[in-house]
Amino acid sequence: MQKRSIRRAQINVLLEKLLSLHQVIYAPQKLGNQVDFAPLRDLQDLTLDHIQTVRSAKAALFPPVEELLRYQRAGVETELQDRDLTNLAEQVLFGTRPCDAAAIAPLSAVFTTDDQDAIFARRLERTTVISVSCERSDGDCFCTSVGVGPGDSRGSDLLLTRLQDDEYLAEILTAKGEALLQLAPELFGPEPAESKEAHLAKVQKRFDWEALHDKLAGAFDHPFWLRTALACLGCGACAYVCPVCSCFDIQDEGSQKKGRRLRSWDSCGLALFTLHASGHNPRSIQSQRWRQRMMHKFSYMPDQLQQLGCVGCGRCSRACPADMNLIEQVENFLFA
Amino acid sequence: MQKLYLPQLAVIDQIVDETADTKTFTMHFDNPHYNAEFRYLSGQFVEASVLGVGEAPFGFCSNPNRTGTFAVTVRAIGRVTRAMHAMHPGDLLGIRAPLGNHFPLQEVQGYDILFVAGGIGLPPLRSLIEPMLDMREKFGRFTILYGARTPADRVYKTRLEEWAQRKDLTLLQTVDVPDETWNGPVGVVTTLFERTHIDPAATVAFTCGPPVMIRFVIQDLLAMGFPEDHIISTLERYMKCGVGKCGHCAIGHKYICVDGPVFSWRQIKKLPER
Repeated sequence: MQKRSIRRAQINVLLEKLLSLHQVIYAPQKLGNQVDFAPLRDLQDLTLDHIQTVRSAKAALFPPVEELLRYQRAGVETELQDRDLTNLAEQVLFGTRPCDAAAIAPLSAVFTTDDQDAIFARRLERTTVISVSCERSDGDCFCTSVGVGPGDSRGSDLLLTRLQDDEYLAEILTAKGEALLQLAPELFGPEPAESKEAHLAKVQKRFDWEALHDKLAGAFDHPFWLRTALACLGCGACAYVCPVCSCFDIQDEGSQKKGRRLRSWDSCGLALFTLHASGHNPRSIQSQRWRQRMMHKFSYMPDQLQQLGCVGCGRCSRACPADMNLIEQVENFLFA
Repeated sequence: MQKLYLPQLAVIDQIVDETADTKTFTMHFDNPHYNAEFRYLSGQFVEASVLGVGEAPFGFCSNPNRTGTFAVTVRAIGRVTRAMHAMHPGDLLGIRAPLGNHFPLQEVQGYDILFVAGGIGLPPLRSLIEPMLDMREKFGRFTILYGARTPADRVYKTRLEEWAQRKDLTLLQTVDVPDETWNGPVGVVTTLFERTHIDPAATVAFTCGPPVMIRFVIQDLLAMGFPEDHIISTLERYMKCGVGKCGHCAIGHKYICVDGPVFSWRQIKKLPER
């Protein structure tokens, strides 16, 4: 890893350069009264003074809806065409927080363990991640409780940390990061004297995820689920904003003559998720679905894939219309 | 790179009415080379597509030894299955297969074999019964217990007749609601246990059917003294992707579509949901 410095104005020059190379840049922008990731068209739209985007950066790697295949029928001829991956553009994810970058590892574990999902793998291969460390956090942030940190470099190719005013530490972490440096070496200065630690947000550790993991193993029939799920509306917003949630549905769009097969985000919190055509539903009540969500993230995923299903971004707590706060739920569960 | 989600086109050769709402579709792959190379094992499943309608999972019901064609038995109950029921021989389905794990076959040689099936649970077991009968001498006593709601709700009536004629196996059938054609036992499938001679220590049992039936069958088998790994069943979930990605069939840290659908009771009892 190399450490260099870069000024705020030079970051813009770097992004301009990437745009001129026709790279798609997903970056945080003010959209209405909220900050969210969107393809960057004008550098004036870029914002970095937010704490957290409403939605995570996962859509850049795993879009809410995407094509799996196309089909077409003409007379007796039927043609099935696999998703064409040759024209997937090189893209840059800019301004991801370290928690979003850390979510790439569990996402990859789901999509590339055993059989490899070619669409995800190819898109990841063509993505460069430039993250910006957190200077501030809010009461919903809990990255340090799940082994992530406000200056965590995992998942990033280049990590920027603001040291003062407009000077940033630039940590070049991978070959893709190195390629960014080589693209415009004149924009980068020498390694700054100061380290980043003093400039990172202080995120208090709120719970011990290993204790949570261990307690969940014996808590399938715990009354906690039934009691706390009474608040849950089953809306799935938590999964929608989550950087790790990766469950998807598969649906056809079009007629029997011509159309596409699509996959779209789904959520284990939704009542239809496990519904059989017969009407039988293995998870027929909300407490079973709420339990599945927590168990999957903090018990099953670590056991199956050696990855926690949570990076502590706090989006589920911010998005929940019933105010089910993840930190509070975990604290209550650990005491229950 | 594997094409995880891309089906192969299959031509329907034959559609047989099994019951008022259930049909068996026999088919082969349109691509002759793919069809010639295609192999599967008892207990594995397919994701079958009606293009423009959707995709749904079905266990093979055919004998894997008979290469060149394969079959699934389908009850018309949802969108995809109703669309399949409206199809005709010559029509095309999209098929992704073979998916999932399989029943133990070599491993259970030398044992007595007991099948306990309910309703539309017989089709996946048939894909094991038939290859076992191809090497009948490798097994001890061979017993098939089959329960259905009514006599008309039994699938494979011709095949059941053939099995009933065989001297080298015992087939017992029961129905919940008899009609004027029925002079056999009446009651749930577990009532057939007392009509058979079963040596639990020397037998491997395979059971498939509605969730509530499986629960009582396993309870009775355990009470008879069956070892936990001699009770083999399948777990059912609406598997969407079939390749361990989409999350729909996750039970605990297992995916039914890749770790299953076949599990022993020793494995099933460890799962949090079943």
